Formats: sequence, structure tokens, C-alpha cells
Amino acid sequence: MSTESTPAPKSGVAEDVPQGPRVAVSALITNLREYGLILALIAIMVFFQFTTSGTLFKPVNLSNLVQQNSFIIVMALGMLLVIVSGHIDLSVGSVAGFIGALAAMMMVIWPLGPLSNPLVVSIVCLIIGGLIGAAQGYWIAYHRIPSFIVTLAGMLIFRGICQALLGGGSSVGPLPDGFKALSSGFIPDVIGPLTLIPPTVNAAGKTIMGSGLTLHMTTIVLGLVAVLAYAYFGLRARRTREQHGYQAEPFTLFVVKTLVTSALALFLVYQFASYRGLPIVLMVMGVLIALFVFVTKRMTIGRRIYAMGGNAKAAQLSGIKTERLTLMVFVNMGVLSALGGLIIAARLGQAVPAAGLGSELDVIAAVFIGGASAMGGVGQVIGAVVGGFIMGVMNNGMSIMGVNVDWQQVVKGLVLLGAVVFDVYNKNKG
Amino acid sequence: MTSTILEMRDITKTFPGVKALSNVNLSVEEGEIHAVVGENGAGKSTLMKVLSGVYASGSYEGVIVYRGEECHFKGIHDSEHKGIVIIHQELALVPMLSIAENIFLGNEHAKFGVIDWNANETRTSALLKKVGLKEDPKTLITNIGVGKQQLVEIAKALSKEVKLLILDEPTASLSEKDSQALLDLLLEFKRQGMTSILISHKLNEVNRVADKVTVIRDGRTIETLAKKDISEDRIITSMVGRSLDDRYPPREPKIGETVLQVKNWSVYHPIHAERQVIKGIDISVRKGEVVGIAGLMGAGRTEFAMSLFGRSYGRHITGEVLLKGKPIDVSSVSKAVDHGIAYVTEDRKTYGLNLIDHIKHNITLANLPGVSRHAVIDDLRELAVANDYKAKTNIRSSSVYQMTGNLSGGNQQKVVLSKWLFANPEVLILDEPTRGIDVGAKYEIYTIIARLASEGKAIIVISSEMPELLGITDRIYVMNEGRIVGEMAASDASQEKIMRAIVRGEGKAS
Repeated sequence: MSTESTPAPKSGVAEDVPQGPRVAVSALITNLREYGLILALIAIMVFFQFTTSGTLFKPVNLSNLVQQNSFIIVMALGMLLVIVSGHIDLSVGSVAGFIGALAAMMMVIWPLGPLSNPLVVSIVCLIIGGLIGAAQGYWIAYHRIPSFIVTLAGMLIFRGICQALLGGGSSVGPLPDGFKALSSGFIPDVIGPLTLIPPTVNAAGKTIMGSGLTLHMTTIVLGLVAVLAYAYFGLRARRTREQHGYQAEPFTLFVVKTLVTSALALFLVYQFASYRGLPIVLMVMGVLIALFVFVTKRMTIGRRIYAMGGNAKAAQLSGIKTERLTLMVFVNMGVLSALGGLIIAARLGQAVPAAGLGSELDVIAAVFIGGASAMGGVGQVIGAVVGGFIMGVMNNGMSIMGVNVDWQQVVKGLVLLGAVVFDVYNKNKG
Repeated sequence: MTSTILEMRDITKTFPGVKALSNVNLSVEEGEIHAVVGENGAGKSTLMKVLSGVYASGSYEGVIVYRGEECHFKGIHDSEHKGIVIIHQELALVPMLSIAENIFLGNEHAKFGVIDWNANETRTSALLKKVGLKEDPKTLITNIGVGKQQLVEIAKALSKEVKLLILDEPTASLSEKDSQALLDLLLEFKRQGMTSILISHKLNEVNRVADKVTVIRDGRTIETLAKKDISEDRIITSMVGRSLDDRYPPREPKIGETVLQVKNWSVYHPIHAERQVIKGIDISVRKGEVVGIAGLMGAGRTEFAMSLFGRSYGRHITGEVLLKGKPIDVSSVSKAVDHGIAYVTEDRKTYGLNLIDHIKHNITLANLPGVSRHAVIDDLRELAVANDYKAKTNIRSSSVYQMTGNLSGGNQQKVVLSKWLFANPEVLILDEPTRGIDVGAKYEIYTIIARLASEGKAIIVISSEMPELLGITDRIYVMNEGRIVGEMAASDASQEKIMRAIVRGEGKAS
């Protein structure tokens, strides 16, 4: 039987996408549901933009927002795969705390000589994170111990080790500047700044902070390149589809989608450029998001994870090595927890015993707000990222508004419940 | 004197985009066994859900008259209150609770919330006696077989003072013996004056017990046959809307060299390690040949096939597998697949499909490298493959983006089959390939099997339906209690010969 690249039969073409005048409308409706989450994020941002009288979108605050929430989003990428494969990981906050403490000890306290270099320490820490994930994943994958229990144990164990490592309740620091740049640094302006409005100089001959307008040109150029690439690849994918005789989404919808996304991206890029440029941690996050979107959407391993979460037995009988795959999902989670831990430590400039405490809940909430199913098999990377940003913007916005931390939690809980109820309701209706 | 106990008039039920039932009429007389038959997806289950109130009154059009009064059931509680009890195909028992606990679940004999266990167990014993089940009421459901579980379901229905018992495919997963016992029980209930509605695919059973048969096709009532008009051929004609002169497609076997050979294959039970499930089996299958494995439920056929397919069942597996004369390693599913062996499961929902994903992703799952380069999936190639197999196996769906969970049994089976065809195996093991699917889809599956054989695949078909084996295979192995107890050419096999081999084999084993 011929299986290789058989040209599509004509009958399949017609059925691929329904045709007729209703296409545009129905496509819009399906897409509205798909983009509902992003619209929700935009609505929340606009809301806080008003209630904080414009502080939310201030360049300084945007940088803060990214630096405060990036570790949640980084860990949510791993958590998405864990949840899609039908598991849960409660240990990520503790692992992050432990790795932060370990990194601090290696860089500040232990006499490691040249090995205490931040880069070396970071690499070692990521490897150890992977090993922690492997240790937990081993019990889950090969001995079928429920992940809830294994990682609950891990949560206790690594929080304990974290505190013991730091010698009780003390914190260890300050961490070297090179390391802190991971969280608080910005990409260097290799092109050079462009001053549009020179800053005001006061009587003493010093410039006034925040006056004038100087653009970080490397940021602008990177932003433009990214937007153009996005539009180019979108167009190219459309063309290949059409060349193979398949119908792509309606052109108007594609144009609107691309324009809105690009405008939004360029606006944010401009805001960053008018401050100090793109934060390094945003670049790290962006690269990881792109990587995980690609892995889940296009790569066989991603497909296999979804199949395993949807029906593990069927996946196994289709030749998928489900045990090894589960182990890899947890190794990946471990590495990303470690990266999260490094980012937290770099932002605080020191390791504290409570670093990452409770963050597993924020991470899990982000994934569920993003539309993942607790039963496994369903969930999108972009959903988890947007879910993470929704949590982050709410944290940030409410803090600026001066909402009490206690009530912030109440609001976040309600948003989590509301998002999932909405999702389930929508699915049952469809 | 008979009177009408139930009349459903002009029932129409629409789901978004689909008209599941249109003007269906069903009239059931008191004290009869009324069979409802139809292809999968014809609307039988939907009709029963309307009757039992799963779809609440108001969500459909039409009238239900039960014992002379018009009923508007808002939920299953309302209908049960009136004595209408439905037993679903998938049994609704809690495995880790006892028989007594299951029977009175939600309905316990209790005072102020404190359960009177003695009363429960006494009543359970009485009910079990009625259905002819000799088990301790304290036995856990998980420890008894499917046949007995079915009887527990019926006992549970009896505990609710049932007047109209609805059985949805009650014998689908029962052995021949258990099925017979169940049908006898239905006849016994009939003598006691109970009315039953039986939904079944097995026309010989319908033929045996039903007083009337209502045929449903494409959401419409086609006709209701009285006892004297009931015959399998008549029902089939009515079900598929055309007469099936031949239930099996014609085929001219072109049999070549031996492809797969299994020698002295033994397997032990995965939990009860001392129990040997498969006892030294030797079989072989040749190129272009369709080999059948006959046997009763529990003969070990599925266990044999799954242990062969990457040790998916059992432990302490010993024996040798030869592919074209060379020993091969089949110790994991991926190795078996790489050697060109495919196993199409008997339980497509549990072992065959990812029900929350669409047809396209299910079809390519066993051969992702076939649609990818450097582990990156080529979306368009995948789409082309999926559309190709959708056409080849005649999967009926709006597109390859339909969720497999929403397909009918026959179409689900075609998706599983497509998945394994795309993996391009040399040896294809089909386990109960037509279980629970309708006559029309069965014929299509047989046609696919015949085509694959003519393309030179070696095919093993495991089936409990002897006519099917006789109709589509070239050679039949008979299995009993983990052994091969007979081998015969299909041309000189018969149902009697197969049964005799089984009985003889039983004598030998004991």
C-alpha cells in the first residue's frame, strides 16, 4: 500500500473546510472562541490602564511586569506539558527555591574558584533541575505512583533542603551583577540610541529623569524584524496551503489578525524602546515560548504527548513509549523550574528561604486559565502564556491600585474559577 | 388480552446541525419483548434517552404515553419512579463496592441515614435468586465476570419495581453461554408479565426472544414486524434499506510463502503469576492469507494477540516469533510495529483511539515518521494522508477534523483500521473487528480485509462470531483455555466442527 505523500484526492479537498458564503462568519465565530482568552487579557489590561490612571502601560511598569512574572510563564511552559500528559507537578515552587539557594551558595559562599562563574553555575543548576525532574518522573512513569503524591513529597523535600542549605532563616547574597542581569538586565544597544527629544536639563546642569525621548534602536529593529517575519511566514504558510489545493482561512480574517497582532507587538516594542530596551528575561522567555509552540504544534514528540494525555493506553498500543515520554516531560519541567529559580534569585539579588513559595499554584492556575483540561490531552502553549500574563497583569494592576494582598488572592481565585467554568460551559455548548 | 403500555408518537429530536430522530413511532404492548434494531447511529439509543428522560421533556417534539397517561419526564428519576428502567451498554456499577451496595446505591434501606445492612443483604439475596445469580451479596463487583455484572444490573432494576425494562445491547460483551442465560431470564420475566425493550445487533437473539421488532434507520421508523414476520433476512433488508444477498464479499485467495510463525508461545497472568494463560501456542500465517482464531470468551485469544504485540499483556512470556523465517524481537510495541506487525484492538474506545482528538491525528499516530521530516510534522502531508484513508476506508464524517469521540462505532473502527493501514504492516491482527458495529459497516470492513489480503498482507482475525470466520477466512485455528485445540481449512469447517473442537479440547485440558 502506498503511504508516502499521496496527493490529496479531490473529494478530500472539498471537505477540508466548508465552503460557501457562511464560511467567513463561521470562521470568525470559531476564531473568536479561540482568541477569547487574548481578548480577555486585552480587556483586563485596558481596565487597569484606566483604574491605574495610565500607570500600567508606562515603559517602566511594563519592564517591571515582565521581570516580576517571567518566572511564572517559564514554569507554565513546562507545566502545560505536564498537565497535557495527564499529570500535575506541585514541586515546582520548592524546586525553584532550592535551585536559587544552591546557585547562591555556589556563587557566594562555597569556595569554588573559577567554577563560581554565574554562567557555569547556571548551567550546573539547570542540569540539577533536570535530574530532580528525572528523579520524580521515574516514580511517576515507571512505578505508576500518582504524580500528585510524588510531587507533593518533592514539594516538602526541596523546600526543606532549600531552607537547610541557607542555614535556617537567613538569606544569602548579594549575588554578582553578571548573574542579576538575567532578570534585571536589558539587551545592549548595539546600534546606538536615537534621541528624538533631548532631555530637559535643569539649572544644576543635570538631566531630569524621564524627560525627553530616546529610543533604544536595537529594540526597535528587533521588533520590526520579528513583526515582518511573522507576517512573511503567515503569508507563506497560506500560499503553500492554497498551492496544495486546500482552503486557508478567509483572507480578510488573516489580514485583520496579522495587523492587530503586529500593531500590539509594535506598541509594546516602542514602549520598551523608550525606556531601556528589551529586558533580557523577556528575550529568554520569548525564545522559549516560540520553541514550545513549535514543539507542541509541529513536532512528533509534541503530538505524542497530546496523544498520551488523551488516551495513554491507546498511545502505548500505537507504539509510543509512554513511560519514557512521561519521564522526559518531568525532566523538562525540572529544567524549567530550575530556570525559574535562577530568575527569581537574579531578580531579588539574593537567595531567600521563601523564594518561589506558593508559586506552583500561580503556575498551575495560569495553565488552567489558559484552557488546559485537568483530564489531560487538551491545552495550548499560547493559552498558558496568556493565562500567566492575565495573572501577572492582575497582580501588578491591583498592587498599583493599592488593593490589599489578601483581596488580591480572592480576586485571582475568582478569575481562575470563572475562566474554567466559562471554558467548560463553552465546550458543553459546542 | 393485551393493552398498550407505551406509545411514543412522532418523536423528533434535533442536535445542533443533526436531526437524530424524525417522527419516530414506537408502540409496545404490555407483557411483550419488543426488539428495537437499526444500524449504529440510526437513533436507537437517542430514542431510549428520550424515553428515560435523559433528554428532558421539552428538548424534543412528540408525545410519550405510558400506561394511559401522557408523560413529561424531566430526568431519569421521573421515569424510574414510574417503573421504566434502562440498563445501558456500559454498565453503571461501582467496581469496589459489593453487589448489595451496588443494588441499593442511592436507594439504601436506612433510618436517619444509618444503613440497615441486614435488610439490604436479605433483599439482595432474594433479588439475586430471581435472576439466578449464586453469589454472596458481599462480593465486590470487580471480582465477578461481566456476565454476572449484567445480572446484578438486572437485579438492581428489579429492586426498583420495574414495569418496563430497557436493555441496550445487553449481550455485547457476554459469552455465548451467558448470553443464552440472559435471554432465558428475559423470557422468564415475560412469563411473569414484565415488558421489555431489547436493543440488539445480534439478530439471532432478536429472532429467538422478540415478539415484535421495530426497525429504525436514519432516525426514522421503517417498520414494526410481528412475530410471524420476523426473519434475519427481512430485518437486514429493512435495516440497511437494500437486500444483502451476500453478507461477505467474494474473494479469490492468492496465498504465498509463510510470513509469520509463532512457536511454543507461553504467557502467564500479569497479576496471578502462577496462572498460565497461554500454553505453548504454535501458529503461522502466510502471505495473502486470512487466518481466523475461533473460541469462546476467555479462551485467551486477546491475551495471546496482545502478548505477541510488544508484550502488551502478561509476563514471563516465552516462545519464538519468526518473520519470513528469521527470529524477530517483539518485546515492545514499537519493535513489533517496526517489524511490520499491527494489532487492531477489540476495544477501540479504551485501547484504540484518542477520543478527544480528531480523525487526522488518530490516523497518523502509529506512523508519525511517515508524515514528518527530522521529527517535524508536515501538516499538509498529514492532511493528504488522512483524507486519503478517509476515502479508502469510507469514513463518514464532515471532515478529518471531526473528533473521533463523536463518530459511530463503525466509523471509529474504520479510523483505528486506517491508523494501522498507514503504519503499513505485513501482518495485521484484527481482534473482533466488527464487534458492536452494524451490518452495513461490517460489510465494508470485510471488503477492506479482502482487499488487504489480495495486496499480500498476512491477516489474523480473532472473532466470536463463527459465521463471520467461516465467511471471510481461509483457515481457522480453534482456541480453548490457552491452547490451540483445532485447525481446519475454512472450506471444510462448520460451526458444529468448531464447537466440537472446543468441547474435545475441554475434555483434554481437564
